[in-house]
This record gives sequence, C-alpha cells and structure tokens, in this order.
Amino acid sequence: MAELAYWEALRRAHDEELAHDPLVIAMGEDIGVAGGTYKVTLGLYGKYGEERIIDTPISENSYTGIGIGASMAGMRPIIEIMSINFALLALDTLINAAAKIRYMSGGRAQCPIVMRTPGGTAHQLAAQHSARLSRLFMGTPGLRVVTPSTPLDAYGMLKSAVRCNDPVIFLEHESMYNLKGEVPDEETFRPLEGAGVVREGTDITLIGYNYSVHWCLTAADKLAQEGIHAEVIDLRSLKPIDRETIRRSIEKTHRVLVAEEDEAPVGVGSEVIAGIIEDCFFALDAQPVRVHAADVPVPYNYSLEKAAIPDAKDVYQSALKVLGKV
Amino acid sequence: MRKIDRKRLLREMVFFRRFEDRSFEAYMERKVGGFLHLYSGQEAVATGVLEMVQADRGVGFDYAITGYRDHIHAIKAGAPAREVMAELYGKETGSSRGRGGSMHIFDPSVRFMGGYALVGQPFPLAAGLALACKHQKEGRIAVCFLGDGANNQGTFHETMNMASLWKLPVLFVCENNCYAIGTVIQRSTAVIDQYKRLEAYNIPASQHPGQDIEVVMEAAQSAIAHVRSGAGPYFLEFLTYRYRGHSMSDAGAYRSKEEVAEWMQRDPIQILAKRLIEAGELTEEEFKAMEQAVQSEIDNDIIQFAEESPEPKVADLAKYVLEDNPDPRWIGPLQGQGG
Repeated sequence: MAELAYWEALRRAHDEELAHDPLVIAMGEDIGVAGGTYKVTLGLYGKYGEERIIDTPISENSYTGIGIGASMAGMRPIIEIMSINFALLALDTLINAAAKIRYMSGGRAQCPIVMRTPGGTAHQLAAQHSARLSRLFMGTPGLRVVTPSTPLDAYGMLKSAVRCNDPVIFLEHESMYNLKGEVPDEETFRPLEGAGVVREGTDITLIGYNYSVHWCLTAADKLAQEGIHAEVIDLRSLKPIDRETIRRSIEKTHRVLVAEEDEAPVGVGSEVIAGIIEDCFFALDAQPVRVHAADVPVPYNYSLEKAAIPDAKDVYQSALKVLGKV
Repeated sequence: MRKIDRKRLLREMVFFRRFEDRSFEAYMERKVGGFLHLYSGQEAVATGVLEMVQADRGVGFDYAITGYRDHIHAIKAGAPAREVMAELYGKETGSSRGRGGSMHIFDPSVRFMGGYALVGQPFPLAAGLALACKHQKEGRIAVCFLGDGANNQGTFHETMNMASLWKLPVLFVCENNCYAIGTVIQRSTAVIDQYKRLEAYNIPASQHPGQDIEVVMEAAQSAIAHVRSGAGPYFLEFLTYRYRGHSMSDAGAYRSKEEVAEWMQRDPIQILAKRLIEAGELTEEEFKAMEQAVQSEIDNDIIQFAEESPEPKVADLAKYVLEDNPDPRWIGPLQGQGG
C-alpha cells in the first residue's frame, strides 16, 4: 500500500490504462511535452510518444470534438480541459454530441470518452478561473458525472471511466491535487456508481462530494469532540446519484445537511434534497439544510473569496443548527 | 479501380431525387414530422464523391459524416434506403430506431457516422474519425460533407488548424449552395470562394462546378488519392444549388424565380442523361423507363416498408441513453466498501 498524492494517483491510472490498451490516448493543452498543468501526465509523453499523448492547440470545442469523433471509431480518449471554465467552450460537443450520439443513433454508435477537468476555488483565481459548474453536466442525460474525493477513487474511478462505454465527465478540484491517501499496489478499479459512507454515525448525515467531503470529515471530528456522531457520505457520482445509500443513512440519523462548493440554485444540493423529500420525508426530524457557495461570481479579493465559498467551519455550525444546538 | 457504370450513377441520382420528392409528399401528408432539409439539386456532389471514395475499397470501408441535410449521403454511403425512410417516419425499423429523425441518420455498420443538426459540429468529429484512422493504420480515411454556411463557425477554423498540423486523413467536401439558411453568401461571408480560406491553414484546396457528376468524380479522385497517401487533409469546394428552401418551413422566397430557373438548367440528372443519350449509351425511352422503375420502387417498397413498420415502444423510452449492460466491475455500485 503506497501513499500517493491525488495527481500521482491520476497519473498512475493514465499510465496503466495506456499500457493496457493501445486504443487509449490522452489529449489536452500542455499535457505532453510540459507534462500537464497539474502534472497528471508527467513523463507519459516520453513513454508513449506524441501519437498517444497529444498536445492540442487552445481550441477546446474542437479538440474535444476530435476526441469524440475518435471514440466513435473505437479509440478511448482521455480529454483534459485545464479548467472547467474552459469546458464551457466545449459544451456543444459534450452536451449536443457526446451525450446524445448513442440515443440519436438508436444505440448504434457510442462515445467512450473521459473528459477530465478541475473546478473550484484555489487561491484568488477570480471569476473566470474558479467555476464549479457540476449542475451543467448532471442535468444532461447521456453523461456519467463522477467526482472522486480521494487518491484511491481518483485512481480507481479514472481506470473505470476509461473502460466505460458511456461518456464520463470526471470532475477534479484545483486544491486537491496534492491531497495524499493510500492506494493499493495491485491494480484496483473503483466503480463509477454508488455513494460511499466514509464515516459512520448516528446523529446527523453530512453529505458532500469532491472537496466538500473533506469539510464534512473535519466538521465530523469537531462534532465528535462534543459527543455528536455524524455520518459522512461521499456522493462520488453526481449522475446517477445513489439515493438508496442516502435514504438508509437518514433512516438511521433522521437529520441531514448537504455541503457543496457549487452555488445553490439548481445545484447538487437542490437535487439531493429533492430526492430526500421524495424518498424519506417521514424519517426526517429536522428540516434539511444546504451549505453552499454564495450566488455571486467568485471575487478576486481574498476576504471576499473566503466569504463566497463555505468551509468546514460552516458545515460544523450548520450541523449544530440542524441538531437544534444553537 | 473498377470501371464505373455511368447508367447506374444516373439511376442512383434519379432515385435520390425521387426519394427526396417522396419524403416531401410524406411530410405534407403529416407522416414525417420535425424538420426536413432536402438535397434535391445537389445530388452530383454526394453521389460523385462517395462513388470515388468507394471505388477502390468498397462501400463501408471509409467513414463519412455530414450535417442535417443527410438522407442522400447516408444512402450513398450504404445505409439501406428503406431504413432511412423509416427513420423519417420515426419507426423502430429506422436507421436510428426512430430516435434520430431526418437530421440524425446513422449507420455505423457502413461507417456512416451521422447527420448532425449543429452547424459546423461535424468538422471536429470528422477530424476525430480521421485521427482514429491514422492511429489504427488500416488505410481508412474520413469524409466530411458540409455546406458553405458551416464555414463561418469556429469549429471550421479550429479543426482545419489541427487537421493540417497533425496531417489527418480527412477529406472535407464543401457543398457551396450559395445560401446559409436564407442568407445569400455575399451577405454572410467575407471571402466568397471558400477554397481560398484554406490557404490560411496550409491545406490544399480547390473549387469545381458541382452539377456535372463526372467533373465531381474527377476532382474527388485526385483529392482522395492525396488524403489516402498520408499527405494530410484536402478541401474540395463544389458550386451547387438546392432547389427547395432550406427546410420545409422555408419556401425560399429570398431567391428569384430567374435564379432558380437558371440553376435548374444545370440539373445534374439532366446533364448526365443527355450525355449518355448523345453517346448512344441510353435512349429516351430507357431513361423514362428508369424513372418509372425508380418511382415504383420507392412507392411500393421504400414507402411501404416505412408505412408498415412498427412504432418504437414507449416502454423503451430510456433505452439507448447509457449502455444497456455495462461491466459491473467498473460501473458499480459501491457495496459496503466505504470510502
């Protein structure tokens, strides 16, 4: 069992899948000679060559479209988009083509692509480099949307995504690439569906995904010091959402909070809570609560940025409110 | 290369014209819904180019892709005409099982990779098919048909840059029919001669009249040879004209009767028929008999198949959104594994 950083786990998944299948290629800006903005493809250009680790021009819509076209002809492209903000330029090919080609061909064609991209706030990157946008993809039929929060899931889910025959949107986070965690030495696949109960508890369910899972875990530690046992769920997949795991947890804890870095309107939290109301309304002893970003473009100023984005402390304080402790 | 039977080509174009006319009638009878963009007038381009693409490797060897005016490209690429008409009818036997309709004809069994209703979207998809061809080294190429209107999308410029840079085996075929929906090219495009725009991307390109199928085939032959040789992309521009409006909701009032009549003097079917008759390869009577046989085939076989085919089952509404039986090892769900 090795301790790997999130970026190293992704790199290992690339390496193994490129070695496993000659039809796997990686494409994106600066991923080849430069090894990727977040080092995820570091060294792979030298190992696999320019035909398989493809440096693209700054043309997100068309290089994503080229990956989609190649996947229709049997290739397995991993498409990196440097920031989810730039993925907006590729929404046409992702939402109008990749997500729909299987359906509008009556199941006769498919697009087995993986689109990897980091979102979120890092350090004062301001409005055009801090978006999350999970909602855009989770609202699109024909896509799978996954958001690994640990190096193990980053590694095992990327391997699964490459072998999946559906288009997979693989959401990373700019502040998580150096996060460390244990990854088994032997080849491991992690499934693309199903939430994980990452901490068991009986008093309240804290639901997070991607970076916000870590706020939930920190908040749960703090709650534990006060004798409150929080259960933490990592959604792992935003499409589909594992409503069954959420229902089972709420039937045990009767209280729930959803924490996210996305803005609240039409977002992940709205969707999760709508599902909770439909599935287990009568199991609730308190109203469900969302902890979310302010509905503003992310500001540059450090204090304003901090005010726009929630953290572990916000999760902790909101949990106390759900529990009626404040 | 096998000898090309010009009488067969003529019959194909007559078939394509009648197929579109008959789908127009079915639309008026409300048996075909949605949008319907017809190809009448442009037959020589798809027929001639795909004939030459198939000449040395056969039907279904290479990839073809196009925009929403796609019925004829699909049939010439090898999709059964019955299934294309059934798709217009929205039937389960349709080439996209009734899920795609007129603008989304697919037949991957003959490597026809679809019609797309986002203008310019097929450019990168075609380059991607070509990237796969280059990678798989089986000698295949990709052929992308699009109109002049598509060339003003960003995908045109982005894709031409990458196709040229990476020497992708892709043949771009621009069907310049002078109109982007209802806007004449002089009012939408700063450079009227489309082939000249390719100089900016270091892609060889040429412009040709598009109503004489033999001119189309000759131009296509050398362009295909260039692409197949591994020298990179080629861009062919054909000057052509569509007889009907952009779609069924467009009567084409922005064009003068004189302009339409002038182009109809250069009808691709009449040009080839006249040439064959003058060469003694075909008589007037044979040509009339050919037209009648085609009409009978379309009415009695193609339309009948579409009319008699079943509707898709409503219970199958969500079929084809994701893969039916994905591998549980990597799809999941997590079972008591925690984080």
